[in-house]
Amino acid sequence: MSENSPAPVIELSDVDIATMQDPTSLTFSEVNWSVLPGEFWALTGQELSGKTDFLLLTAGLMPPMEGSCKLFGVETRTFSEAELPMRLRVGYVYEGGPLFNSLTIAENVALPLRYQKNLSIETVATQVAKLVELFELEPFADLMPVNVPAAWRYRVALARALILKPEVLLLDNPLAGMVAKHRQWMVQFLDQLWQGHEWFDGRPITLVVATDDLHPWQNNRRKFALLEDQKFIPLGHWKDVETTTHPTVKELLTTSAPVFYPKI
Amino acid sequence: MAKSFEWSNLQVFRRAPLPRSYTDYFGRKLFLFLLTLQGLGAFSLITLGVIVRKFNVADSVMGPRIRREIHRAGISLLPMFGFTALALGFLVIGQTLSVLAEVGATQYLGSTMVIVIVRELGPLLTAVLVLARVGTANVIELGTARAQGEVETLEALGIDPVHYLVMPRVIGMTLGIFSLTIYLIIGALASGYLWAFLQNLPLTPAVYFSQLADSLTWLDFAMLGLKSLAFGFFIGIVACYHGLAQPLRIEDVSRVTVRAVTQGIIVCVLVDAVFIMAYLV
Repeated sequence: MSENSPAPVIELSDVDIATMQDPTSLTFSEVNWSVLPGEFWALTGQELSGKTDFLLLTAGLMPPMEGSCKLFGVETRTFSEAELPMRLRVGYVYEGGPLFNSLTIAENVALPLRYQKNLSIETVATQVAKLVELFELEPFADLMPVNVPAAWRYRVALARALILKPEVLLLDNPLAGMVAKHRQWMVQFLDQLWQGHEWFDGRPITLVVATDDLHPWQNNRRKFALLEDQKFIPLGHWKDVETTTHPTVKELLTTSAPVFYPKI
Repeated sequence: MAKSFEWSNLQVFRRAPLPRSYTDYFGRKLFLFLLTLQGLGAFSLITLGVIVRKFNVADSVMGPRIRREIHRAGISLLPMFGFTALALGFLVIGQTLSVLAEVGATQYLGSTMVIVIVRELGPLLTAVLVLARVGTANVIELGTARAQGEVETLEALGIDPVHYLVMPRVIGMTLGIFSLTIYLIIGALASGYLWAFLQNLPLTPAVYFSQLADSLTWLDFAMLGLKSLAFGFFIGIVACYHGLAQPLRIEDVSRVTVRAVTQGIIVCVLVDAVFIMAYLV
């Protein structure tokens, strides 16, 4: 592969996607999509349009009904435990950031690294402390998830996904249910990750977010796509989104809260 | 066009309305029973496979989890089992002594204790008590975790839910029931003598314990060990299966807990029936 055309990190060709609840019911058909390293995609769509199923398939957590879904050039259909280290190059965070309720916040963040590398809690303490600091979670570190305000849970879940240092991050509705302050923080933080964050030693990562809300992601370097009626419709950059005549996108733009968004 | 037969097609029976005729009703119950057996069988094989293949995987995380489960299903239940052993010895001796003393057959006291406590009541009572105390808690914990998306989250983080959630619980309950059975039997046999002594029965400890020793065969020890391990394993499997194996909503948790207790007891009785064969053959 030449330097001008890097290999896609995610590649879907003619993929039919089922739902997680029912592997026989079709939510998307004949999806063709490829994500290059360093891209930031915002996938939008109405509620219940199947954004979560789309992301689950992309993360290799659900096999395609038909077609080929590749992560880093490897077919996800053939994923077995041997390919686990490869699959962990992709981080996935569910909507609402479900946490393990029997573990404290710090233990939640530490768990993936401890489990995958078989490390004791003392060994990972420095890295956990660093993430807790980055996510401003210090007051909550020793609390159980039930005592943590809902808006902070997504941060914990994101920190937990980042401790394995994934190269691609798939986030399901990261701004759901957040007030302006948290939305602003999250968009800024994700932008830093995209540009190259100290946690990744300045290495930029690839991001895909599923979102109901278009305005917070307003930026001409991000790419947008619409998920609707079993179709994946690429929308292009923000200027194309703003000028589109697609009725669903227009509706999403009008219902999206025009909140502060950081300029890069 | 004829479709190939698939077990999953039978799931429709779960949702079908209750049939009116008795034969249909029992037919449906039979299908549901077979479906449950199939599910439990598959889940036990998966769990056994994981225990064998991944016993040492991530032991710095799993070690403390396994120890916690053993503590929970074993050590922390010791006071309750001390009381139960005392009561069990009293009940069995109280009932049998009145009959045996009448006919002057107190030399059979030892063998009665062995038949009743060592072969049957000890293992079964332990299994039922641990099911009630720890099995139910496990179903509720796992069911809540499942309903709140923790299982999917584990998968997204590359952690095998059967390894992380099921293995420690099944190991904990297996070892817990195995050890508690032994303690319960020793306690009940000893408390049996205590109650006999309090009732002024002319029986020295040496005679009582030699009666016990004469009534015990190698088969009793082998059966006791295997039976209590099997009880523990299957109760663990039933509890984890109902908590984890199917997608749950939070309001389903109470329903699956009741179902797990019922099925846990049925499975114990079935396993017990298999072991009785060893004595009959």
